[in-house]
Amino acid sequence: MGQVTVLLFAGVAERLGTRRLVVDVAPGDRVRDVRDRLTAAHPQLEPFLPSLRYAVDEEYADEDTPVPPGATLALIPPVSGG
Amino acid sequence: MLIRVTDAPLDPAEAIAAVANPAAGAIDVFLGVVRNENLGRSVDHLVYEAYPSMAEREMAAIAQEACSRFGVIDCAILHRTGRLAIGETSLVAAVSSGHRAEAFAACRWIVDELKRRVPIWKKEVWSNGEAWIEGPEALNAPAPAPPR
Repeated sequence: MGQVTVLLFAGVAERLGTRRLVVDVAPGDRVRDVRDRLTAAHPQLEPFLPSLRYAVDEEYADEDTPVPPGATLALIPPVSGG
Repeated sequence: MLIRVTDAPLDPAEAIAAVANPAAGAIDVFLGVVRNENLGRSVDHLVYEAYPSMAEREMAAIAQEACSRFGVIDCAILHRTGRLAIGETSLVAAVSSGHRAEAFAACRWIVDELKRRVPIWKKEVWSNGEAWIEGPEALNAPAPAPPR
């Protein structure tokens, strides 16, 4: 058992009232496993899920990307820079 | 290649100086500035938030790809974060190239690409409320409402 850091931004951070969470991971866990565990603990995430992208250690990732212990998973709502 | 996400005011002259090159016959510069209205709403100010380390990685990747894709000499991309008043500069993109056509094309592509994938978000603040904006050009933008 290890842990990963989850970073939250923009509306997601505001809705959950935090920018950073620490989540337990099991060996072999992928993005979707961490996301599902987070959503169970923080149901306020639900409305954001359809449009979220993910990044593991600062690289865009998909739901199948492994999230090893010590990694950083970022939840990325639709970007609006410029 | 000058790449930076910062909460300090942006200086276009710094970006121009960064891409200057003896082989350049053109330097194209784009400024994104804060507009006083959006979708019919009167905007008081904007607040930009970034995932700074990843944003700079994505901006560097975009600049590198612009150089190889358009054959330009050098690119600079600067993005500001924090509270920005109407008229302030949120984005500076500068491109140098041998001739103008590549510089125009690369600069436009850089801005389009930044809006698709660089992890930066803006919040609009109005006199009577505020909202985080989901960019219509973001790769994960919500589908537009079907025409009626």
